[in-house]
Amino acid sequence: MSSEMIFVIETVIKAIVVIAVFATLAGLGTYLERKILAFFQRRLGPVMVGPVGVIQLVADMIKLFTKEDIVPQNAIKPIFLIAPLIAAITAMTALATVPLLPEFTMFGHTIRPIIADVGIGILFVMGVTSLGVYAPLLAGMSSSNKWGLLGAARAVIQMLSFEVVSGFALIAPIMIIGSLSLIDINNYQDAGIGSWMVWQQPLAFLLFVLGIFAETNRTPFSLLENETEIVAGYGTEYSGMRWGMFFIGEYANMFTASFLISLVFLGGFNPLWFIPGGIAILLKVFFIIFFFMWVRAAWPHVRPDQLMWLCWKVLMPLALLNILITGLVLL
Amino acid sequence: MERLNDRNCNYLYINEEIRPLTSWEKFRQVCKRSIKGELFVGLWIVFREMVRKGNLATVKYPFEKLPISPRYRAIHKLLRLLESGNERCIGCGLCEKICVANCIRIDTSLGEDGRKKVSEYSINFGRCIYCGFCAEVCPELAIVHGGEYENASEQRAHFGLKEDMLTPIDIFKAGGQKEFPGYGSLSENASSLIKKTPLAYKEEKCTN
Repeated sequence: MSSEMIFVIETVIKAIVVIAVFATLAGLGTYLERKILAFFQRRLGPVMVGPVGVIQLVADMIKLFTKEDIVPQNAIKPIFLIAPLIAAITAMTALATVPLLPEFTMFGHTIRPIIADVGIGILFVMGVTSLGVYAPLLAGMSSSNKWGLLGAARAVIQMLSFEVVSGFALIAPIMIIGSLSLIDINNYQDAGIGSWMVWQQPLAFLLFVLGIFAETNRTPFSLLENETEIVAGYGTEYSGMRWGMFFIGEYANMFTASFLISLVFLGGFNPLWFIPGGIAILLKVFFIIFFFMWVRAAWPHVRPDQLMWLCWKVLMPLALLNILITGLVLL
Repeated sequence: MERLNDRNCNYLYINEEIRPLTSWEKFRQVCKRSIKGELFVGLWIVFREMVRKGNLATVKYPFEKLPISPRYRAIHKLLRLLESGNERCIGCGLCEKICVANCIRIDTSLGEDGRKKVSEYSINFGRCIYCGFCAEVCPELAIVHGGEYENASEQRAHFGLKEDMLTPIDIFKAGGQKEFPGYGSLSENASSLIKKTPLAYKEEKCTN
């Protein structure tokens, strides 16, 4: 078999594995979220289905798959049907250039757990995740529902504004490393904890995490589907698996963001003391996921106007300042 | 307290924070609030609640039930006399009269032994507001509020008929009816609360 053939087969297998694993992880994320949030609030969470409620995931899936797929009468049907697909597809596509684990050997063949090692990995991830803003926008605008429209408007202003913050925050570490490839960024931090980017760029780390919280629609900035104000936001008119696809997209985005944070700032998949690299990055990712839920349990929402104030008057100047200082130091 | 007693100024201002006026003061407030670390206090509190042992508030309801107070006013019960097992209800109709929701109906008839018999006793639980007046007014402690609060059924009339509420005679014979402590019964220290009548004082005087 020619080497091209092997490359094609390997890439297809890797893509299928990534989609399968992350779709499952997204489902598992809902279970984890309910369980962890419950423990934070002194509850038990799901316990009835299966041991400690793990099969709840399957029950929810069965419910979502068998629910009626309702399209409202005045909705613009093709766009209404496509919008959830955009959410799921962009979330999965973003994973293509993320190195998930260190290289390992299987069947005498070295496998690199990255689907496409393009030189501009981080730019690709940021670009594709910002394409995901079309999902809430189109969903809200096509569903002929005022809550949907308001949710879409909020989604667009929130995601676009914080895209600026997280993008600017990433520029400073990229300036230091001099490469957009996530593998280069990871290899830069291979000298133990001291070489992690978070020590060199603490402000960029903070800004990036804040931006990620807003872009993945997590609680302190979870304004696009705030039940008390706008019902379910852009997802108000959705039901069944189409609604589930928004959910899968959201949780897959959370995992992508966690991988990004740990790759860029927390040393990626470099081995840590006695922990091998593959396990180290999974630990970091799951700690960040846990932190997402921890924050959701502890902190209240901010108002949309406070959100915009925070973004444009505080975070963006700070990010620019950070770039300026980094540039001066590098000179 | 002095401020509360001052009749000219009875208002207690609870939100007396001084709002920042100049932009420098505003900036200082923002900095102070950002650096204060209140967010981390919040994180710590929820984490502490999570890791603390024996801190769960969950009751697995159908399997576990919290004890309810004996004075809880749930579905009514009709009691029997502890000695003879006869029905306590004498058919006086006071409960029917006092019921504010007008949901109690009693049918009485003259029995063969010349005594008043309660032939029908029913409560329409669709209308009952569980105020407890019936149990309070009952002179015989016959109609009382039990602790049965899971009143879901296929029929609207369930729980509300005489045979539903009256203690079954076989359960009664097995000692299934205890002296009722709940709503409408006498309290435990009832005898100490009885005040003597003037006649009793007179008797006391005479014996002395």
